[in-house]
Amino acid sequence: MSFLEYQVKTVPSGLRKVFYLNWPLVVLVTAVSAVGFLILYSIAGGNMAVWAEPQMKRFAAGLVLMFAIALVPIWFWRNMAGLAYGTSILLLLAVEFFGVVGMGAQRWLDIGPLRLQPSELAKVTMVMMLAAYYDWLDLKKTSRPIWVLIPVAMILLPTFLVVIQPNLGTSLMLLMGGAAVMFAAGVSIWYFAVVAALIAGLVFAVFTTRGTPWQFLHDYQYRRIDTFLDPSADPLGAGYNIMQAKIALGSGGWGGKGFMQGTQSRLNFLPEKHTDFIFTTLGEEFGFVGAFSLLILYGLILFFCFTSALQNKDRFSQLLIIGLSANFFLYLAVNLSMVMGMAPVVGVPLPFLSYGGSVMLVLLIAFGLIQSAHVHRPR
Amino acid sequence: MRRTARDTEESARRITRRSLMMGGAMMAMFAVLGARMRFLSVEQADEFRLLAEENRINMRLIPPERGLIFDRNGVLIAGNEQNYRVTVTREDAGDVETVLARLTNLIPVTAEDMDRITRDLDRNSPFVPIIVADRLPWEDFSKIAMNAPSLPGVTPEVGLSRHYPLVEDFSHVVGYVGPVSERDLEERPDPDPVLRIPEFQIGKIGVERWMEDTLRGSAGNKRIEVNHVGRVMRELERTDGTPGRDIQLTIDAEVQNFIQARLGEESAACVVMDVNTGELIACASSPGFDPNLFVRGITQRDYSALMEDDHRPLANKTVQGAYPPGSTFKMVTALAALEEGLITPETTHSCPGFIEFGDRRFHCWKRGGHGRVDLARSLSESCDVYYYEIAQEVGIDKIAEMGKRLGLGIRHDLPMSAITEGIMPNKAWKQERWGQDWRIGDTINASIGQGYVLASPLQLTVMTARIATGRAIVPRLIRAIDGTPEPMPEAEPLGLSAEGLRAIRNGMYEVMNTQAGTAYSSRIADETMVFAGKTGTSQVRNITAAERARGVISNDQLPWNRRDHALYVGYAPYENPRYAVTVVVEHGGGGSAAAAPIARDAILRALHEDIPPLTAYPANQRGRIETDLNALRERLRDLTPSGNSRA
Repeated sequence: MSFLEYQVKTVPSGLRKVFYLNWPLVVLVTAVSAVGFLILYSIAGGNMAVWAEPQMKRFAAGLVLMFAIALVPIWFWRNMAGLAYGTSILLLLAVEFFGVVGMGAQRWLDIGPLRLQPSELAKVTMVMMLAAYYDWLDLKKTSRPIWVLIPVAMILLPTFLVVIQPNLGTSLMLLMGGAAVMFAAGVSIWYFAVVAALIAGLVFAVFTTRGTPWQFLHDYQYRRIDTFLDPSADPLGAGYNIMQAKIALGSGGWGGKGFMQGTQSRLNFLPEKHTDFIFTTLGEEFGFVGAFSLLILYGLILFFCFTSALQNKDRFSQLLIIGLSANFFLYLAVNLSMVMGMAPVVGVPLPFLSYGGSVMLVLLIAFGLIQSAHVHRPR
Repeated sequence: MRRTARDTEESARRITRRSLMMGGAMMAMFAVLGARMRFLSVEQADEFRLLAEENRINMRLIPPERGLIFDRNGVLIAGNEQNYRVTVTREDAGDVETVLARLTNLIPVTAEDMDRITRDLDRNSPFVPIIVADRLPWEDFSKIAMNAPSLPGVTPEVGLSRHYPLVEDFSHVVGYVGPVSERDLEERPDPDPVLRIPEFQIGKIGVERWMEDTLRGSAGNKRIEVNHVGRVMRELERTDGTPGRDIQLTIDAEVQNFIQARLGEESAACVVMDVNTGELIACASSPGFDPNLFVRGITQRDYSALMEDDHRPLANKTVQGAYPPGSTFKMVTALAALEEGLITPETTHSCPGFIEFGDRRFHCWKRGGHGRVDLARSLSESCDVYYYEIAQEVGIDKIAEMGKRLGLGIRHDLPMSAITEGIMPNKAWKQERWGQDWRIGDTINASIGQGYVLASPLQLTVMTARIATGRAIVPRLIRAIDGTPEPMPEAEPLGLSAEGLRAIRNGMYEVMNTQAGTAYSSRIADETMVFAGKTGTSQVRNITAAERARGVISNDQLPWNRRDHALYVGYAPYENPRYAVTVVVEHGGGGSAAAAPIARDAILRALHEDIPPLTAYPANQRGRIETDLNALRERLRDLTPSGNSRA
């Protein structure tokens, strides 16, 4: 069924749409963000002005944007997919030529007061583009090689532009996010199996050739992997972040040290404590109970997203919701794995908790699209 | 696009199936994350709680006090003085700009410093203290301490920093310390953690550098409790490190000071050595520089001034400068010939003023020639042709061998920077260095210390000491470490024939003490301290045939940097030698006029406890000498030994 076949009358119109929003999702997103405000307040040593207040302002602005997007019919957004995708590719190119280099890797564009990270935006627009593509594509062609190569190219283009920035974390997320949409769209499972086998083979080759003249990586890159595998081997060097993060998490115990009582983060032992490593403070101050509760909140958000996708009968909406929630899941899975020492340190923030404008904004845009798909679903 | 109902149903079915698979994978990942969380915060909790406790209680290194450097009589050469400094911490300051503005009203801060401060503040974490002003005078320091309430985040601190009270006298020997650079860390395979303390200083050149490990000592540490911004709340436990060990040099600071003042603004070097022990009594290179400038962090302007000076104040000319030794080398050629039995002290050669070899003419410095000369006269009147003749018989390889036995062309290992090996050429050397065959003309040039031969003042002093004693004297700079005298092995005999050495010494005696000797005017009148030596004048340019035709231009008419180097080596007393001395005055002109008088003053100062008495000088010179010495006295430092105790 396509939008042209909508019984437009059955879709709520005007401000009545507000009643048809997926309110549990709105509440959950607000709750997670509120946890973030609380921790930012605590890390700043009981100071609102440092991190909590700017973060709250950003959230408020993002929330307004989310509602605005939600009230615009989903078919409008589908028609915008190509334009949005093209724009973000252009922005990625622009950042290549006019962007500001910060922290060695992250690049952004300064447009007046707005500081934009096009790579974050690309995560959303790429999913829109892929969803629109599979909505258009004849179902029978889904697994034919030529029709598989087209979306692969759509994924690789922004990935390539991000990887040369260089930002390995974001480019990996783009790859996996795109793969999730293709998987949901029903591309034959064999393609995924072959790619997975190739990656496994590559990893195997990388490790077995180490020390031989034809090794794949530079020595320092191997050392970086070593550090990840055993951070205590180099506790003051590259392993410092991971080690200190694990100490913070671990010292929290069951119930945590209590609000504003964390020593690790407030003694400045923790790097990036308000951005990528914010979860460690939560673990230190609220313990296993607090950390696990956050995991449940995230799980509930994903649950409501998936049920919304399954209720929907519009292919574009379904793929869009699944792609965006997969993206959301990737954020939190990569960040938590990294913070808990299960993955190498790649700069990926924890969604709705980490301090930072671009990611917060992009996440709320994504949830705006999810809401729009939910409100305007065919009934 | 339009789809059939069947397609729509098929699409929904597929998506449902696939999204359930994805949901399953996500749930599995959630389970893994939850389990990991439980593992870290419940099962490993005790271990991590302990580690967190260790973090709150921090270990800090206490930098050790650097060892002091004294002269042979206990005069302090390098010490540590209290240093008042002021730091600012961004996190505590609140509005940093206002605080800094208030601070600049109290103490002067240059624009250059201000740039550095803002840069450091931006670059470091907000809790890292940044140095605003270093080496403040006490008045400024107390002003800040009094205004502390209106200056949040500003901390007055007292630390130790290196100080060189004798300023330029020891700038080359002792060198200076400076902040630890990346290169310093890279040079060491396993750098001491203390080097990573900000503001820690490390020896950069000279004794400070080459005795770094002795001087540094080892760091102590303290366990401190830090508050939420990392500021120290209280000290829990303290282990004191061991301070660096004190070093006593062989140098006599008073003699050094006298010589440094005597050299004045000349670009010159002077080494005085105890011929029996090899101890360096003075090792002066002028002009010097103020090492304290480097400790404070030298300004670009001061540094450029030092770099651009054509007298090269930064170079340690005593060990680093390699000069053609000129006629001071003649003893080597003569000794080689004597040892080979090719000449005896009585052997004579006729000097017509030049010799001809092939189509080249090699001149003696005396255009009319010396007539018949024997060995003693060849030294005292410095006849070049005599050496041209004997060198052709001996050959360069034997001359080079003798040079090395006397300490030329080898690197003497002293804790000083950039010690040159000089060049003691032979056939193999030229083949290797230039890929050319050795020619007889090269031997003729080398026989009078020109051509390829290069030696440093230190090497020439070693040569003189070895000639004076007949033993393999080795130069020494360190007398004692922490009061324990350094072992001083007896020098081995060189194994040269006694008659040969006696003949050479006799020639050196005649240089100073016969009317015709080139340095007769620089003789010592005191009969207990008879001076023996040899002058040298080395060309730094080739005299062209055209120039020679016009008549040799006197040095005064040449630009400074094309004039000849003036050299002198000597020892005293002639019987029972005590000290050897070398003076090199760069572009100073003739050795007898420019170098020998300085050498006489230097060795007399070493032989006496004070400014040399006028009775040591020849009677007809005393009037002039008195004026000179009085003028010199004005420029001397008052040096009182502070003993071997810590200041």
